[in-house]
Amino acid sequence: MLERLFAEHRLQLEVDVDMSLLDERPVDETPVPEPQDQEPIEEQVPFRPRALVRSERVEILLSAAAGVTGSGVMCLLFDWTHALTFAIWALLIFLVSVYLLARDSQSPIVATDRLITTLVWTSGGIAVAVLAWMLGYVVVKGIAGLNYEYLTSDMSKVGPLDDGGGVFHAIVGTLEQMLIASVLSIPIAILTAVYLHEIRGRLAGIVRFVIDAMSGLPSIVAGLFIYTVWVLQGQGPSGLAAGLALAILMIPTVTRTAEEMLKTIDDGLRESALALGAPQWRSVMQVVLPTARSGLITASILGVARAVGETAPVLLTAFGSSSINWSPFNGPQADLPLYIYQLLRQPNPAQIARAWSGALVLVLLVLILFVLARVIGERGARVRGGSR
Amino acid sequence: MTTVQSPQTAETPAANRQVVSSEILPEEQHPSSRIDATDVTCWFGKRKVLERCTLSMEPGEVTALIGPSGCGKSTFLRSLNRMHELVPVAAIAGTIELDGVDIYSEEMSPTEVRSRIGMVFQKPNPFPAMSIADNVLAGLSLSGMSNEDPKALVEQCLRRAGLWAEVSDRLNEGGMSLSGGQQQRLCIARALAVHPDVLLMDEPCSALDPISTRVIEQTIRELCEEITIVIVTHNMQQAQRVSDKCAFFLVESIGDPGRIVEAGPTAQVFENPSDPRTYDYVTGQFG
Amino acid sequence: MALTSPELQALEEQVPRDIARTVTRGDRIFRTLCASAAAVSLFIIGGTALFLAIKALPALQKAGLLSFFTTSVWNPTVGDFGVLGLLIGTIIIATVSLIVAVPLAIGLALFINEYSPARIRRVLTSSVDLLAAMPSIIFGMWGFFALQAPLVGVASWLNLHLSAIPFFRLSEPDAPLLRSSFIVGTVVALMIVPIITSVSRDVMAQCPRSQCEAALALGGSRWGMIKEVLLPFGKAGITGAVLLGFGRALGETIAVALIIAFTIEANPYVLEQGGGSIASLIAIKFPEAQDLEISALIAAGLALFGMTLLVNLGARAIVRRTQIAA
Repeated sequence: MLERLFAEHRLQLEVDVDMSLLDERPVDETPVPEPQDQEPIEEQVPFRPRALVRSERVEILLSAAAGVTGSGVMCLLFDWTHALTFAIWALLIFLVSVYLLARDSQSPIVATDRLITTLVWTSGGIAVAVLAWMLGYVVVKGIAGLNYEYLTSDMSKVGPLDDGGGVFHAIVGTLEQMLIASVLSIPIAILTAVYLHEIRGRLAGIVRFVIDAMSGLPSIVAGLFIYTVWVLQGQGPSGLAAGLALAILMIPTVTRTAEEMLKTIDDGLRESALALGAPQWRSVMQVVLPTARSGLITASILGVARAVGETAPVLLTAFGSSSINWSPFNGPQADLPLYIYQLLRQPNPAQIARAWSGALVLVLLVLILFVLARVIGERGARVRGGSR
Repeated sequence: MTTVQSPQTAETPAANRQVVSSEILPEEQHPSSRIDATDVTCWFGKRKVLERCTLSMEPGEVTALIGPSGCGKSTFLRSLNRMHELVPVAAIAGTIELDGVDIYSEEMSPTEVRSRIGMVFQKPNPFPAMSIADNVLAGLSLSGMSNEDPKALVEQCLRRAGLWAEVSDRLNEGGMSLSGGQQQRLCIARALAVHPDVLLMDEPCSALDPISTRVIEQTIRELCEEITIVIVTHNMQQAQRVSDKCAFFLVESIGDPGRIVEAGPTAQVFENPSDPRTYDYVTGQFG
Repeated sequence: MALTSPELQALEEQVPRDIARTVTRGDRIFRTLCASAAAVSLFIIGGTALFLAIKALPALQKAGLLSFFTTSVWNPTVGDFGVLGLLIGTIIIATVSLIVAVPLAIGLALFINEYSPARIRRVLTSSVDLLAAMPSIIFGMWGFFALQAPLVGVASWLNLHLSAIPFFRLSEPDAPLLRSSFIVGTVVALMIVPIITSVSRDVMAQCPRSQCEAALALGGSRWGMIKEVLLPFGKAGITGAVLLGFGRALGETIAVALIIAFTIEANPYVLEQGGGSIASLIAIKFPEAQDLEISALIAAGLALFGMTLLVNLGARAIVRRTQIAA
C-alpha cells in the first residue's frame, strides 16, 4: 500500500511537471491598473520564444523546396509514376539538405539534432498518413455498394456472379457474438481486476503472470482452444462458440485497463468507506466501482473493439454462413470480419466489392466504439479530476 | 507513566460550549464513550513507529494530539479505529479499550469498531459518484444499516456539521461541487450519520482556508457535547482553541519510535508544561 | 508524568499482538467470487496447453515428433506433416516487421512524448490508438490492394541497389515480387507499431524529468538529452516493448493469410513471392481439413502457442522489471 502511495505521488508529480512543460502559451496576466494611477497601461501580448529563429526557418523551407523539386525532376527523368516514390525521394533529399545546411551554418551537433527532429516528425506523419490512407481507401472502395438492400439482405440466394446480396446476416452474427463475449468476459475481467488491485490475494502474482500470457495469446490459438473443448465435444460450430473464443481475447485487455482505472481511484475513498464501518465488499461495490464506472465502461468498450475485428477465432468456431442464423446457440453463423475474409478468398470482382462494403461497415462499427470509449473516458476523467 | 484524567478546566472552551449548546438540536442523545489506550506500540514491518503510548480519551471531551511531523500522531489515531491494520505490514501491541472492551479482541469486528468510532481525514474526500444527500447516507448503506426517515437524518447531520444552510437547496448535486471547506463538513456529516460514539479527526483543517477552519472548529466544539472527539493537529492555536486535553508526541532522535512526552489538560500543557521539551515545542522554539 | 528513555528500557520489549481479523461472511463470499473469476484465466491458459496437446497427439504420433519440427511437408492423405519451413517463415515475417516497425514506433514514441506540440499530440495519440483498434482483416485487405504496388517498387529498388546484402537477393532476376514475406512483414509492422509505441512511451515517461532537464540545462541539444539520458534509461523497457511487438507479429493470422502466396517450404528470398507462417497455415488449411489434418493443425497451433508464450512472458518480465526499478 505504501509502495502504491509513493508510486502514485511520483506519478502525480510527473504529470504536474509535464503539464507545466506542455502549456502552450503562458497565461496572459495583465496587471490590474492601480485606481490612482490613471495612465493607461499597455495591453501585454503573450510572448513565446520560438524554437527556431528566422534563418533556421529559411533553411528548412529551402530544404523542403529542394526535396520537392529534386524528387520531381527524378520522377520525370526516370518516369516514376507512384506518389509514394515521389514522397520517399522528396523526404530523403529534404533530410540530407536539412543536415548539410545546419552543419554549414551552425555545427554538426545542431545538424544531427535537426536531422533527428525531422525524422521523428516524419514518423508521426507516417502514422497519421497510414491511418488516413487506410480509412480513406476503405471508404472509397466500400461506399458504392453500401445501400439499404446491402444492409438488410443476406447472401443465401446470391450466386457468385449475381448482383444484390448483403451483410445483414453478418451484422446479426457480430452483434450476437459480441453480446455473448461481453456478458461472459466483462464481469470476469472486472472481478479479476478487483482481485488484483483491491483484494491483492495470494494468487495475485500468478494471476498477473497468466493475464500477461493471455494478452499475448494469438487469436487463432484461442479459436483452436474453443474448437477442441467445445466444437469438437459434440457442440458443433455456433455463435456461442465464437463468443467464447472472443471472450478469451477480451479478458486480458479489459482486466488490464480496468486495473489501471482502479489505480487512479484515490486511496482516501477506500479508507473513508472502511472508516464508516463498511466491509470490503460494500466499499468496492458502492464506492470504488461506481467512482471508476466511466473508466470501466471505457475498458469494456476497448475490449469489444478489439474482439469485434477478430477473424481467425471465428473462422474456427462459427465457421461462417451465407444465410441468416438468428440463433447463436445452434449451427454455423457468420460475422463481419469472417464475411469479408470469405468473400475475399473468391477471386471475383462482385464478391470483392461486397467485401469492401462489409469492411466499411466494420470500420464504422470500430470507429463508433472508439469514439464512444473516448467520450465516456474523458467525461469520467473530468469527474475524477474534480476531486483534486 | 501516568495518564491524566482531569476534569475540564474552566477556560474559554467551556464558555464557548455554553453559548453553542443552545444551538444544538438534542435529537439524538446517546451516551458518549471513553477510549483507553494502554501501552500501544505500532510497527510498520520491522520499523517501530510508536512506543508504549498510554492515553485516556474521556467522554464528551476533545483530546488533541500534537507534536512535530512524523512523530506517530496519525498512526496512533488510526490505531484507535483499526485503520492501522489496513497497511499490510502493520502490527500493534498493547490494548485499546472502548468503554472497557478491547477493540482488537475477538469481541469486536473491525467494521463494528469503525462504525462506533468514526473518522474524518486530512483531505476532504466525499464520494464522487454520489450526491450530497447520498454522501451523508453513505455510511448507513455501506454498513448495511437502514433508517426509517433518511431525509430527516440528512438534515440533522448536515445541521450538526454546520452545512445545512449552505446546501439545503441542492442536496441532489454531486458532492464534488462543494468548496473544500464544505466538502470537509460534508465528510463530518457523513461520519455523524452512523451515530458514532467517538469521532477521530486527522488534521481536518490542514487543507482548508482560515474561514472554513473556523467554521469546522466551531462544529467540533458543538459536537463534543455528545461525542468524544480526538483530533490530530499541527496548529498550536487550534489545539488551544478546541481541545480540553492535549497529548504531546515526540520522536527524540531520528529512527526512534514516537512517544507521548506529556499529556494533560490543554491549559496546563500550554501554560505550565512539566516537561522542558513540551515547553520548547508549544512556545515555538522548535518543531 | 513523562516517559523517559531509561524508564522505557527497564520495561520488557513488547511483541506485536494477534489482531482478531474476523472477516465478515459477505467479505468471504466476495473474495471467493473474485478469486474464482481470477482463476478462470488460470484455467484458460492451462486448458489451452492441455487440450491442444491432447488433440495434437494423433498427428504428432503419426508424423513423429522430431520430423514434425524438422521437415517441411504437408500431406494429409499419408499423414506426413512437418512445419520447419513454416516456423522459419513465421520468424522471417516477424523479423521483417520488426525491422520496419521498430524505428517507426520509437520515432513515434519520441515524437509524442518529447517533440510534439500539445495539439498535435492529441491527434497523434488518438491515431495510434485507432490504429491499434483497426481489425487485422482491414490491414490485410488494404495491404493487399493498396500497398502492394508501391511496395513492389520499393522491393525492386532494394534488389537493384542493395543486392550486395543477401537479404535483398532474388532467386532469379525476374522472380515475381507480389505477395512476398517483405510485403506481409511491412503490413504486419504497421499493426505492431501501436503496441511498441505505447509501451515505449510508458517506459520513457518513467524517466525522471529532472534528469532530462538537467541534460538540457547543461546546454545539450534535445537529441543529446535523448541519447544520453532517455534512451539509456529506457533501454531495457524498450527492448521489452520490441519483444512484445515480436510476439504479436508471430501470432498474426488473417493479414498474412490474405496476402502471402502460401508455401509449406521456407522461402529464404524475402522480397520474392511466396512464404508462410504457422498461423496462416491454420487459417488457410482449416476450412477443408479432416481428422488427422485437424490434429496436425492443432499441433502447429500448440507450437505457435509455446513460441508466443515464451516471447511474451519474457517481454513482460523485462517491462515490469524496469517499472519496478524506476
